[in-house]
Amino acid sequence: MSFFAVENLSRAFGGLQAVSDVSFAVREHSIHAVIGPNGAGKTTLFNLIAGSLAPDSGAIRLNGDPLQSLPPYKIARKGIARTFQNVKLFRHMSVLENVMLGRHVRSRAGFGAALLNLPHTWREERSIRQRSLEILDTLGIADLADADAVSLAFGKQRIVEFARALATEPTLLLLDEPAAGLNMHETDEIARLIADIRARGITVLIIEHDMSLIMDISDHIAVLSSGKKIAEGTPAEIQRNRDVIAVYLGED
Amino acid sequence: MTFEHVLQYLLAGITIGSIYAIVAIGFNIIYNTTGIINFAQGEFLMVGAMTAVTFSRLVPLPLAIAIGIAVTVAVGVLIDFVFIRNLKKPTVLNMIIVTIGLSIIIREVALHVWDEKVRSLPYFTGDEISSINILGAYISPQALWVLGICATMVVLLNVFFKYSVMGRSMRACSANPVAARLCGINTKNMVTMSFVLSAAIGALAGCVMSPITQTQYDCGTSLAIKGFTVAILGGLGNSTGAIIGGLIVGILEEFSISVMPLAYKDAIAIAILLLIMFFRPSGLFGKQEVSALKEF
Amino acid sequence: MNIRQYIPAGILVAVVVAFQLAVVLTGQDYLLTQLTMSAYYALVIIGLSVLMGYAGQISIGHAAFFAIGGYTAAVLTTGAFRLSPWLSLAVAVAITVVIAFLIGIPILKLKGHYLAMATLSFGVIVYRIVLGTGVFGEADGISDVPGFTLLPGLTVTGGAASRVENYYIAWFLVTLAIILLINLINSRVGRALRSIHGSEEAANAMGVNTAGYKLAIFVLSAVFAAVGGVFLTHYTGGIGPSEAGVMKSVRYVAIVAVGGMANIWGALVMGIVLNYLSLRGYFGTYDDIFFGAILIIIMLFYPDGILQRKTLDDLRSLARSLVARIRGRR
Ligand SMILES: Nc1ncnc2c1ncn2[C@@H]1O[C@H](COP(=O)(O)OP(=O)(O)OP(=O)(O)O)[C@@H](O)[C@H]1O
Ligand SMILES: [Mg+2]
Repeated sequence: MSFFAVENLSRAFGGLQAVSDVSFAVREHSIHAVIGPNGAGKTTLFNLIAGSLAPDSGAIRLNGDPLQSLPPYKIARKGIARTFQNVKLFRHMSVLENVMLGRHVRSRAGFGAALLNLPHTWREERSIRQRSLEILDTLGIADLADADAVSLAFGKQRIVEFARALATEPTLLLLDEPAAGLNMHETDEIARLIADIRARGITVLIIEHDMSLIMDISDHIAVLSSGKKIAEGTPAEIQRNRDVIAVYLGED
Repeated sequence: MTFEHVLQYLLAGITIGSIYAIVAIGFNIIYNTTGIINFAQGEFLMVGAMTAVTFSRLVPLPLAIAIGIAVTVAVGVLIDFVFIRNLKKPTVLNMIIVTIGLSIIIREVALHVWDEKVRSLPYFTGDEISSINILGAYISPQALWVLGICATMVVLLNVFFKYSVMGRSMRACSANPVAARLCGINTKNMVTMSFVLSAAIGALAGCVMSPITQTQYDCGTSLAIKGFTVAILGGLGNSTGAIIGGLIVGILEEFSISVMPLAYKDAIAIAILLLIMFFRPSGLFGKQEVSALKEF
Repeated sequence: MNIRQYIPAGILVAVVVAFQLAVVLTGQDYLLTQLTMSAYYALVIIGLSVLMGYAGQISIGHAAFFAIGGYTAAVLTTGAFRLSPWLSLAVAVAITVVIAFLIGIPILKLKGHYLAMATLSFGVIVYRIVLGTGVFGEADGISDVPGFTLLPGLTVTGGAASRVENYYIAWFLVTLAIILLINLINSRVGRALRSIHGSEEAANAMGVNTAGYKLAIFVLSAVFAAVGGVFLTHYTGGIGPSEAGVMKSVRYVAIVAVGGMANIWGALVMGIVLNYLSLRGYFGTYDDIFFGAILIIIMLFYPDGILQRKTLDDLRSLARSLVARIRGRR
């Protein structure tokens, strides 16, 4: 049994088959990339995995448990965290608060306990704050803790979104084009972060257009085109694959 | 219920339903260019009718109606110039709040100008007792005016949006404001134009319905709720849908009188509204995923 | 525990007491009556402020919950029933919870204009029902509602003799409500509510049960409104259909907006000031216009409310330029 797998996953929008019969498995502690031209269905695939879209058919399994009928918040509780292609930080909240929200799945205080501010509630709150500050610290953005998250530079927002996802202590992290819109220096930083994350035992599923980044860091690559998986293999295999080359050259 | 009864309710339902359809189309026109639901849409009908009633004592009826329309259009333009254009944070929530505020102010100003008496325009032709026999059911000549004028408005609007430069620009503007601006279309003027059109058709609808339903300073809210119901039922932004939706709501309302106390008549439209929003927010005729050109 | 978060509540208590003493010393204790009523309206407003400002869900139907509370109390403690006010309070809260829950499940799936219209429609339906139904007294409403004896010698009722104690009962409730809400806002749950406002999709993806939280805060704010309705009905001895009217709901929204949406203190202060002025009749027949105008002015000029740093800065720079001008003249 694989750590994480999608099996014959399909999803259409009206007449458009955005994801079509896609299957692949992800090994634990690996970095698995999904690549493909624009509109190939990569983000849709992530939305299916994260539960924000329902598949028309097929299955998604984490340690063998089916995820495909669960709402997004339950999938998050199973240990799957994500970042978004066009960064979605919480408006009206500071960087620290954004990251603290990431601790939501790792804390328990309910509505009633919160209203009454019971001792265990504020103790828990204190540990949420500490843990979040630590995460900001390890990512080197502790100085931004009190800044308004959405008014940061784009590159910084990416890092905050990372921090927020890490705060959930995921076992599987979905990254949707983490390097898009970043300069070379920032891209290097992101690459280092991803390697670092994997070193901590988190499995990474990553969508990315930056080929040098992908070939550099990933253990395994799946290639989508028009919703279908057209190839799968190690970076070296993918670089040699004729279909993949055709798709990418055909695109230019 | 005899055939004549059924026909009677049907005709009454179609008449009032076509007014609802016009209110809904008014919503759609502004929604399509701005993304705003103008909660003051019902007030356009009230202002148009009240102004016309006042002037009908001084000038011939057609002129009084023209003045009513002109005044309402002025109100519409004022709303756009003073409020919509100056909104600092045009979020949906803020726009809702502004148009609700406007509807209250218009209503209360109307209360101070006209007091709370119920008024109505005279029948355009004939009077309360004249009626036309259609297959055993009786219909007031004013109902024919309502149907005729509403139908004419729909046809003219269609021609306007399909064939005139202005109308086409408005459609382009709603489909893709950024692209429209790049092609040299002044989107701000299109928004003003949408307020002019909505105010004008609202005012005219208010005038034709006035002899039948009568007009009062606070009749706008319930018209707005019903118009919105119809707009949602037909799919927000879709005017063919609005016409069908208007007829459905109007007919259901009239038939409800035969089974329920009159006091709950208004609850019918609201119940439909809630049901449709819960189960099919894209409307009866809307597609779940529309990305194509919005239709007026 | 973070004591600092309770400092404003302490200040509130001090102000409440100071005001009562000042009013009694100057012999103007009739003013307490409107402040008591304003306090009950403030319960609706602070609850709505958390729903709208923190969780980002508009409701243009909260007068309906106030009316459900008030009418339940009025019907059950008069006429054929004559139940104990404690029992009728419990029933009123229970009914409100059930209605808010049932209506909230479908309504809170809606967004933007749809949510606004749905809550407005819910308000209109409740208004039509109280206006058109015999037990609710139709257009006249229900009068002769008895007082609510909380403890022996402590009764929620109008009349000059019990003015002071009623002022304290009302403000005790408001303070309690504020403390509960402060706790909520500063907790994990409060953060989750704000995250829904910040980005519902991201909140969901981070493990927040957004539908559940929205429903919970909707029900809680409805209960606050209903409790306000129950107490005000006992205090004034009756309730009429205008309490359920759309204008009342709009007024609550207006006050929350003036106070600055995500700012319960702003909502409380503006709620007290505006309701007080309105109850004292300062706006005369322009009452509704006034609240309509407030909505628009706030949205045009101060979309974040007027009790914000920006307003203070505006005032400060105004003062500074005045001072500069005066100096310049010299
Ligand atoms: N919610 C939706 N409704 C309708 N169509 C959609 C929706 N989401 C995606 N699509 C369509 O599905 C196809 C796949 O989109 P998707 O965003 O998954 O592509 P992608 O591989 O992530 O592309 P990119 O590299 O540009 O991010 C596209 O044609 C897109 O227009
Ligand atoms: Mg994508």
